[in-house]
Amino acid sequence: MNQTTVTESNVNPQLLKKRKAGSGKAGFYLRQLKKSPSGMAGFVIILIVLFLGIFGSWVAPYDPNLAELSKKLLPPMSEGHLLGTDQLGRDILSRLIHGTSVSLIIGSCAVVVAGAVGTTLGVIAGYFRGWVDTIIMRLVDVVLSFPFILLVLVINAVIGTGLKNIILSLAIAGWVIYARVVRSEVLALREKEFIVSCVATGVPRWEIILKHIVPNLFTPIIVLSSLQIATYIIAEASISFLGFGVQPPQPAWGNMLSEGKDYIFSAWWLITFPGIAIVVTALGVNLFGDWLRDVLDPELKGN
Amino acid sequence: MLDYLIKRTVQVLVVLFLALTTVFFIIRLSGDPTALFLPPDAPREQLEEFRKALGFDRPLYVQYTEFMTNAVQGDFGNSLRTREDALQTVLNRIPATFQLAFTALGLSLLIAIPIGINSAYKRNTLFDQTGVAFTVLGQALPSFWLGLILIYVFAVQFKWLPTGGGGSMIHLILPALTLAAYSVARFARFTRSTMLDVLRKDYIRTAKASGIPMYKILSVYALKNTLIPIITLVALDLGVLLGGAVIVEVVFAWPGLGRLLMQSLLNRDFPVVMAGVFLIAFIYSVINFVVDVLYAYVNPQIRYK
Amino acid sequence: MRERAPILEVRQLKTHIKTANGIVKAVDGVDFTIYEGETVGIVGESGCGKSMTSLSVMGLLPKPMAYIESGHIHFAGRDLTQLSEKEMRKLRGNDISMIFQEPMTSLNPVFTIGQQLSEPLKQHTRLNKKEIRNAVISMLQSVGIPRAEQIIDEYPHQLSGGMRQRVMISLAMLCQPKLLIADEPTTALDVTIQAQILELMKAIKATTNMAMMLITHDLGVVAEMCDRVMVMYAGQVVESADVRTIFNRPTHPYTQGLLASMPTANERKGELSSIPGSVPRPDEIPPGCAFAPRCSIATDRCRQERPVLQAYENQWTRCWHPISKPSEVTHAT
Repeated sequence: MNQTTVTESNVNPQLLKKRKAGSGKAGFYLRQLKKSPSGMAGFVIILIVLFLGIFGSWVAPYDPNLAELSKKLLPPMSEGHLLGTDQLGRDILSRLIHGTSVSLIIGSCAVVVAGAVGTTLGVIAGYFRGWVDTIIMRLVDVVLSFPFILLVLVINAVIGTGLKNIILSLAIAGWVIYARVVRSEVLALREKEFIVSCVATGVPRWEIILKHIVPNLFTPIIVLSSLQIATYIIAEASISFLGFGVQPPQPAWGNMLSEGKDYIFSAWWLITFPGIAIVVTALGVNLFGDWLRDVLDPELKGN
Repeated sequence: MLDYLIKRTVQVLVVLFLALTTVFFIIRLSGDPTALFLPPDAPREQLEEFRKALGFDRPLYVQYTEFMTNAVQGDFGNSLRTREDALQTVLNRIPATFQLAFTALGLSLLIAIPIGINSAYKRNTLFDQTGVAFTVLGQALPSFWLGLILIYVFAVQFKWLPTGGGGSMIHLILPALTLAAYSVARFARFTRSTMLDVLRKDYIRTAKASGIPMYKILSVYALKNTLIPIITLVALDLGVLLGGAVIVEVVFAWPGLGRLLMQSLLNRDFPVVMAGVFLIAFIYSVINFVVDVLYAYVNPQIRYK
Repeated sequence: MRERAPILEVRQLKTHIKTANGIVKAVDGVDFTIYEGETVGIVGESGCGKSMTSLSVMGLLPKPMAYIESGHIHFAGRDLTQLSEKEMRKLRGNDISMIFQEPMTSLNPVFTIGQQLSEPLKQHTRLNKKEIRNAVISMLQSVGIPRAEQIIDEYPHQLSGGMRQRVMISLAMLCQPKLLIADEPTTALDVTIQAQILELMKAIKATTNMAMMLITHDLGVVAEMCDRVMVMYAGQVVESADVRTIFNRPTHPYTQGLLASMPTANERKGELSSIPGSVPRPDEIPPGCAFAPRCSIATDRCRQERPVLQAYENQWTRCWHPISKPSEVTHAT
């Protein structure tokens, strides 16, 4: 049995895809996107958020921390301040725009860190099984025995605020989802014929993992990440609202709401606009994520 | 069934033991809190003395063993602020949090399941599409912001309801609604997709062929098949609900566990934090355990295995 | 021919299905009559419109994709196509019952047998709880289920496939229907169980005046059970006659092909033949005779002009070149 016959079932589908796809990939996704109004809406929202996040400092009409006490608590549509000013006379629109980049950085970095750690541990657990699997999955159970937001909050309160620590808190609480999903994917992949035939023909372990397993994990990981980003952005806003997370005077949507809530009787705009920013961003990411899931992984549709 | 029960019990105990360990190490990561309790210019000797009194000068493993032995017996130490027993302080707040969480849970199931069933039955109609749109929106809505908006509308503008505080049904309305919103979205979405699955099954066709009216198929026959997966989701979402309660309690000044935890975190009152966080993990794990057993009970296929 | 009243008359029934690729004519102008106490077999390969015909009669078409485009279904003097959903519901499980192919999935896994069998009685009769329970138990006993008093409190997954099909039959028989539609009732079962179930159905037929519409692709079952047979192909009836005539003197090449592909016990060493090709997809039915592409004796006329259903003595055939002489049929048993 030196010869391995190449049939549909024992060829890595990821390699097949590469051969077929080539240049038309971007065009394919764009065409798919045009068919889905909600996916398109999500995509457009993400583009706008990305733009504001990256070029925010050029777009924003004012310095977000420029306080003019003479102009404090101006309502929306006042001269020069489209969305009004806060209790210190800072321009709300400018602070919102600057808050975008904070949310984006935290959301995307946390997804990368949590995704990397979770995927690595998930692959190890799923591929090697045995006692390594047991240890990792017990760890996952332990982390999952705490409500996500509570864990993020406590960890952040303990290790301290600041961008790096916020990302770390989200990642410590968030990696388990990746580990779980990846592990079950790997368990399923292991049984597939193209992996079995690799093992049978003596391909080294690390090569099987890196060349054959990991590429097939991209789809579930991308789908999961697109939805996790929204969770992380909302979580960051929540802990910032509670007084941890991003600290004032640095503008973030969560701490803007936190400061604004003291003026709920007099200035409704302070609690309105940052919330809308969070909802629109999370909605955009979710819509895009749902669309992505439907396109990349039709089997998951509707779950 | 007994084997399953024993296995699950051992599993829960192991996880709780590890959770307790995790709580200890997370809190110890922050160093010792003594500096916070003494004036900044306090002499070194006084600081040392204080550390010694609290036991922070000993090696970590000694502290860990002591913590675990005490914690297993329900002793998390005394609150650094009030000097009262930490676990007791936390337990006193449990009823308020349960009131909030379970009202929200009941509310969300009451709203979500009929919506989900109707959406599935009237698939792709305006009703269904509106429902789906709301569930998508609901999942993007942070609870603390929804809380603020509800306060603004119902308490500040209309003055119908109090802005916060606890003690009566009236105080419970807004926080429970706020907390329920997210779960309503998730449950409705899930009920819809599960119901759609069930309605395609052969046994539903059999029921129709026996002349059973559609309303009865939806509300009795297909509902029981749909409820089984929903129970699992509810168990999973209880964690989200308990976590969400922490935030909602702060927004509405609801005198529950979450608000206590937040204050203790800000005050670095670690015995109370440890007791509180562990208690939530404990409750969550126990509920999950109960639901697993319940799940085995309602699903005859598992029960007899 | 016995003098009997018709129980079901289907006239020019057309049932269409909306799909992404346009409208599919699943049932395309079907006519037939079933008389009281008679068993009529509907035979054909899968996809020929058998099941859609039965679901049309039951009013159980998967709405809104499938719908009755035109035609009439007269049952006991009423046109079922004109009835409201509520009126249909009162007929279903009461005057018309149905048994499905998959006994394994046709019972709800989370309700006991008793709970599921009580429901039609609750809907269609005024019996009280105790009477219902007794009725269910005696019905289960009559279909040969041992320990009926215990089984009534058990769940479907605790029963074997054959037992479940017996339960399905008792479910259908509970309200003593005038018409029973059996859609491949034995296909999913083991051969030995199949025989038992057929025996049971025959026994039930012998004691009641119920009419039966038996849908199957198995000609053996037809020979065993039916009085008359209707052969369907691509949504249309291609041949219909009493069961002897069909087996002895098939006139349509498709019927002949079906018979030739049937293994029989008393066939000596004959080679089993099969019909080349497969049923055309409903969206690619040729303009002429639907069977022409697979037919060995098709002519240009067959390919261009659709044949009409014509009478030959007491036999109906949709073919331009019916095989008329009985002597030509080689495989007659």
